[in-house]
Amino acid sequence: MTVAVFFGCTFIAFGPAVALFVFTIARDPLRVIFLIAGAFFWLVSLLLSSLVWFITVQISNKNSATQQTGLLIFGVVLSVLLQETFRYGYYRLLKKANEGLLALSQEDTMPISIRQLAYVSGLGFGFMSGAFSVVNILSDSLGPGTVGIHGDSQHYFISSAFMTLAIILLHMFWGVVFFESCERQRWWALGAVVLSHLVVSCVTFVNPHYQGSLIPTYIILSVMAAWAYLCAGGSLRNLKLCLTCKDKDFLLANHRPR
Amino acid sequence: MKDLISINCVKLLIPALFYTCVCSSSVEQKIYVELNQTVPCVRLLNATHQIGCQSSMSGDTGVLHVLETESDLDWILSSGPHPPYMVILETSFFNRSVMMRMKNSSRVAGVAVIVSKTGLADNFSPHTTCPNQNTGVYSENYGPDLANCNVTVWNPFGNGLSYEDFAFPVFALKDENQTQVIRKCYEDHNQRVNGSAPQYPLCAMQLFSHMHAVTDTVTCMRRTDLQNRFSINPEVLCDPLSDFNVWTSTRPLNNSAKGHAADESVVIAATRLDGRSFFWEQAPAAEGTVSGIVTLLAAIQALYPVTQEAPPTRNIFFSFFQGEAFDYIGSSKMVYDMKRNDFVIDLDNVHSMLEIGQVGLHSGRSLWMHSDPISRQNNSVDTEVSEMMDRMRSAAAGLKLTVDHPSVSQPLPPSSFQRFLRERQIPGLVLTDHNTSFINRYYESMYDDAENLNVTYPPGLTPDEQLVYETDAAKSLAEVATLVARSLYVQAGGNESNLNNITADPKTVAQLLYGFVIQKNNSWFRSLLPPEVTKKGVNSILSSGPPQFYIGLGPRVHGPAHSVTRFVQYILANLTGSVTNLTESQCQNPSELSTENKDLFSYFWVSGPASVNSTSEPFCVRASVRLSKAVSPAFELLEYGSRNYSTWTESRWKSIRARIFLVASRELEMLTLGVGVAVLLLSLLVTYFISSKAELLFSSARETPTTTY
Repeated sequence: MTVAVFFGCTFIAFGPAVALFVFTIARDPLRVIFLIAGAFFWLVSLLLSSLVWFITVQISNKNSATQQTGLLIFGVVLSVLLQETFRYGYYRLLKKANEGLLALSQEDTMPISIRQLAYVSGLGFGFMSGAFSVVNILSDSLGPGTVGIHGDSQHYFISSAFMTLAIILLHMFWGVVFFESCERQRWWALGAVVLSHLVVSCVTFVNPHYQGSLIPTYIILSVMAAWAYLCAGGSLRNLKLCLTCKDKDFLLANHRPR
Repeated sequence: MKDLISINCVKLLIPALFYTCVCSSSVEQKIYVELNQTVPCVRLLNATHQIGCQSSMSGDTGVLHVLETESDLDWILSSGPHPPYMVILETSFFNRSVMMRMKNSSRVAGVAVIVSKTGLADNFSPHTTCPNQNTGVYSENYGPDLANCNVTVWNPFGNGLSYEDFAFPVFALKDENQTQVIRKCYEDHNQRVNGSAPQYPLCAMQLFSHMHAVTDTVTCMRRTDLQNRFSINPEVLCDPLSDFNVWTSTRPLNNSAKGHAADESVVIAATRLDGRSFFWEQAPAAEGTVSGIVTLLAAIQALYPVTQEAPPTRNIFFSFFQGEAFDYIGSSKMVYDMKRNDFVIDLDNVHSMLEIGQVGLHSGRSLWMHSDPISRQNNSVDTEVSEMMDRMRSAAAGLKLTVDHPSVSQPLPPSSFQRFLRERQIPGLVLTDHNTSFINRYYESMYDDAENLNVTYPPGLTPDEQLVYETDAAKSLAEVATLVARSLYVQAGGNESNLNNITADPKTVAQLLYGFVIQKNNSWFRSLLPPEVTKKGVNSILSSGPPQFYIGLGPRVHGPAHSVTRFVQYILANLTGSVTNLTESQCQNPSELSTENKDLFSYFWVSGPASVNSTSEPFCVRASVRLSKAVSPAFELLEYGSRNYSTWTESRWKSIRARIFLVASRELEMLTLGVGVAVLLLSLLVTYFISSKAELLFSSARETPTTTY
């Protein structure tokens, strides 16, 4: 639409992700490395799923609309399953790497815990997923026109930006819950993560009725946020204490020598 | 209830799937509709001025508004709330007053003119009222009271729009389907409901036609020279208008012998080959140019057999000058070459001259012979001119035509003959259908087409039948051609007893008219042209529709010369040439054969007529038809600011295109930016807060010190 819309949508889509990066990841080079590696894993999963989709589209009947829609649904489901598979693969890789890192490091403790790795890898997945979702749309938003001459909804850019925001945060939360459930061998939790990812992806098929896709996505986002907070070691009590600023007493009271 | 919801969901899902899959191949296709048939107005420069239109580097965008009434004009210029506007101009409003008011307004981003016959005014000529007034023969030194159209305004309907400089792009909408798409977008989004302003999102259009050259030819050529000298990748900013003149003669002239031709006294018969209009490469020029070309070609065909059997004493030199609309490019170049002894003949060889001007609209009226009153003050010139007029009158007496000399002492109309007069006072006449001002109401405009020349065919004819159908226009032009041919024969000293054998063929005239104003891709033209031209694809010179007569620039995709120049060259070869039995390679290199003479003749490898069952058999034609370069002497002398010669150049450009789309309101854009900045700041704050309190928030992990993760 113009430069204003370009920057507005960029900030909406990548604002929280950039904030998280700046405050929690940028200072620690090890975290940056794991973030980039996570992004790369997501990219490989996308490559594989797009390869499969491309081949199936070439051999399909391009004129049949129902076949093309069926192929699209198949493509989306396959992509989600591949992404989660690669997330599991990254988890296994990180477990192995952790042992190696421990052997190499000069300290006794691990330089980075698996919880932190879960968060970083989830954010890496989120960054790359968000980039691929929205960069194409952002570049078209620079021109003078907006969507709508063929009757599409005008809110295409802004709802894409909000959807991307949700997806990036969701990937981060899914990462945390996924790794935690792998650690604790809670396979039902794993299934719940995959299922919620499938739901979020498939609900976008109701676009251009953007309320129909954004509202369920944000509901799932808040549920996953709460679940990830609990997995990461938070509790309602901590949250209440933090928010009412009684933290100083709490810390002093709970201070234990290690 | 659940079933109902799920059924509704499924019903919603399937059309949504259809919708997303069928329409969304690219975001850009959702936003923009590219308009493919664009006809721009480009920038031309001469020694002192720039004319034409210019857009900014990244295109000009404006909200669409269709100008159909006067109140629309006020809306655009003052009261409309969404400036700048992109004006869609109905045909009837494309006139000087509206364009000048828009030119001075900052609220107009560009103009798209709907080109159609509905609503067309009675006359429209974007050319000036006095064409080529500074480069003709009349000046302060030569007939000062006749100069600058003091006596006769030749083009009274001229509004001079072609010679104005517009700071916004002006495009023409010629394709009806595309205009319909634009109108639909306008009606859906931009219509005013009950007099109130339309709501966002509004339909808008963006026009790209950024021109590289500015100010004038001197500046542009100086910058081009600087680029050529100092830059590794020199970028040319403008090109001189250039092409080729076509000439032939009844007795072949030795092309390698330049300068004065011994024992040759020549009568020149000339006409112009080009036209122009407000828009680039649009110039149907039916009455302005085609009438002259067809007349002269038919006269040549009529004269040729007689001049071979009973040759007149003088040679007749036929010349078709290119670029006459732009200060006489072709004729000034030929005269310049003659002066410098760089042409097959020189000015001493010229005995007299007859020029064919606009002759298409004379039916029922008489033809007029214009002469130059200043040169006729010289007695010998005057007697020769009077004799020419008498010969013409007597030739016309045998036909159903009347020719006369204008009673008022008036100058010559704009014609190539004026350039010859600048050098030498040659006796000559200009034959036209107008006594004083032009009869042509659409001179040098897009509307000077077949209808203006009264070339109409009865319905239900196939293209091949139309090709040979003799319209009234064809018959009347054939008579003019017969008159011209007979006058030339007698002027060249031929025997008057042979005059009855000189008759122009109406069928040839009909074919020429069909090819030049209706459809150039016809079977006759295809048989005359070389095989590689007729076989080519989209960029061939034989595309559909009538040819356009704008001179254009130098070397082209499909050969060195402009399509019209090629047509005239090959038609002349067909009408005056002789078939030889040379093979193709011999035809390309005839100097190897002793019987052929490359100095006297040109050799053309042509397709030949194609019949229904078989393909054509190409053969070699020998004719004394030649091309001579038509580029203004100012560019050879490097006098880019010359006042004597044409200095017209055409600017270069990168891309010319147009597209339509919807625009959103400024408020919505700022709101989006505001929301984005708010989200960014909020997330920065929250993240800072969480990361500083991370010890506390995630502290339950440290309750179990035994597990290390």
